[in-house]
Amino acid sequence: MDKLSIKLPGLDLKNPVMPASGCFGFGREYSQFYDLSLLGSIMVKATTLEQRLGNPVPRVAETSSGMLNAIGLQNPGLEKVISTELPWLAQYDLPVIANVAGSMTEDYVAVAEKISRVENVKALELNISCPNVKEGGIAFGTDPEIAKDLTARVKEVSSVPVYVKMSPNVANISEMALAVEEGGADGLTMINTLVGMRLDHKTGKPVIANKTGGLSGPAIKPVALRMVYEVSQVSNLPIIAMGGISSAWDVIDFISAGASAAAVGTANFVNPFVCKEIIEELPGILDELGADHIHDLKGRAWKVGEIANHRA
Amino acid sequence: MIKVEKMKIIQQTEIAENIFKISLKGSLVNEISMPGQFVHIKVNTANDPLLRRPISISSYDKKNQIMTLIYRASGLGTRELANQSEEIDVMGPLGSGFPIEQAEGQTAILIGGGIGVPPLYECSKQLKNKGFNVIHVLGFETKDTVFYESAFKELGPVYITTADGSYGTKGFVTDAITEFDLKADVFFACGPVPMLGAVEKQLNHIPGYISMEQRMGCGIGACLACVCTVNGPELYKKVCTDGPVFRKGELVYG
Repeated sequence: MDKLSIKLPGLDLKNPVMPASGCFGFGREYSQFYDLSLLGSIMVKATTLEQRLGNPVPRVAETSSGMLNAIGLQNPGLEKVISTELPWLAQYDLPVIANVAGSMTEDYVAVAEKISRVENVKALELNISCPNVKEGGIAFGTDPEIAKDLTARVKEVSSVPVYVKMSPNVANISEMALAVEEGGADGLTMINTLVGMRLDHKTGKPVIANKTGGLSGPAIKPVALRMVYEVSQVSNLPIIAMGGISSAWDVIDFISAGASAAAVGTANFVNPFVCKEIIEELPGILDELGADHIHDLKGRAWKVGEIANHRA
Repeated sequence: MIKVEKMKIIQQTEIAENIFKISLKGSLVNEISMPGQFVHIKVNTANDPLLRRPISISSYDKKNQIMTLIYRASGLGTRELANQSEEIDVMGPLGSGFPIEQAEGQTAILIGGGIGVPPLYECSKQLKNKGFNVIHVLGFETKDTVFYESAFKELGPVYITTADGSYGTKGFVTDAITEFDLKADVFFACGPVPMLGAVEKQLNHIPGYISMEQRMGCGIGACLACVCTVNGPELYKKVCTDGPVFRKGELVYG
């Protein structure tokens, strides 16, 4: 497995594969299928200061090669996550990335300060880009100055490195990345879902109760890949990529585009074993490509030379 | 225990208009613990449709490791399923079904609407085995979509309703219960949400169990897509893991 082990700010990972936030709960459900310690990390469900009940149903709708969701950050709230979910996850040899969400700067700061002090939380993922709640941080994710300020405020209180989750729903993703880098971010996670809609053929009305939802799944992979390719060339921050990843070759694509690690989202719903299978398949693919380590392939999409020898 | 298994398709036939019966063989059947549980099926190996499809288990035979599902081929996924003939990727059994062991009394009334009828078949068989008299009230859109009438008749009386009056009583299942003045000690219902609400109101005087439908993502409780509103402090429960079967009075309709 040495071909896959990587070090990122705060994270000493056995491999660069992890489930994406919102697609794996706090791990309990998937622990029925395999030992979670196999994973590089786990990005747990977004946590807000208070419990959130989320949006009305229907909350999901299928689209071609993808799905729309508008769950609305349903979660049990900070205290319960700290007292129940994170201690449960501590039984696994698994660095946790805690996804922090809120409506106001003060919410993010309060959640970040407390959750970052939990022993198995090794990094934060600042969720400034959830498109599915009225006050879900979308402004934080689309305005560079606001994003920079929020990142700086959270950095002040966090005991662990802070990764910022980037919204694809912006005109210039690089500008946003550079803004949060200036704000002191330790890394980027990208991309969140794309705002989309589906209408019922018969009624002409939106299928999802929230009207719009976040598009995920294989349909968004080309968008995510392009954004990782672009941002990795202008920012010095490591990128944990996500967006339609459902196979080991998808992971290779994102590493090639410049990412350091990869998160799997919607594909977990289709195949609960997908993360495990990707981790098992990666070494064989590296052999096939003649790479000694997965990061030998990092950024080869835009770097000069056959195989870039660039380990994070 | 939940399993993911490539199950062998041993039979697939259209038993009414767009209604298919599929029989699957595999060790997953050993894990089924109660009628009313469901499975989550990947209908093909492609990305479109992407998600699995939740389909209730209509009956099962552990001795021969066979389970039967009945589904309506109405959308992209279920039409794709209707085309399959060799094997299929199945995850299950999922959810909590009808708690037969908790049912008390002598007579049970089973009320199904459309594609909510199938899980009642195994429920009826097990109630009958427990010594209950079972009455069935099954609602369909038209005569062409009626299925399993004779199978249910082997277990007890069957009252059919059709929305257009082309067969049986014209109207809804609640109309048949009134028209024939059907009495029971406990009810079991599965069907469209408006039907469930109407049945619960009509049979408020007896205990009952309701099987709920909702759009699903993961099917195992992680994605929180399939929540339903319930009475009590929790407000939401997950149809996939807390249900699909709920006790009468738990759900909030509308």
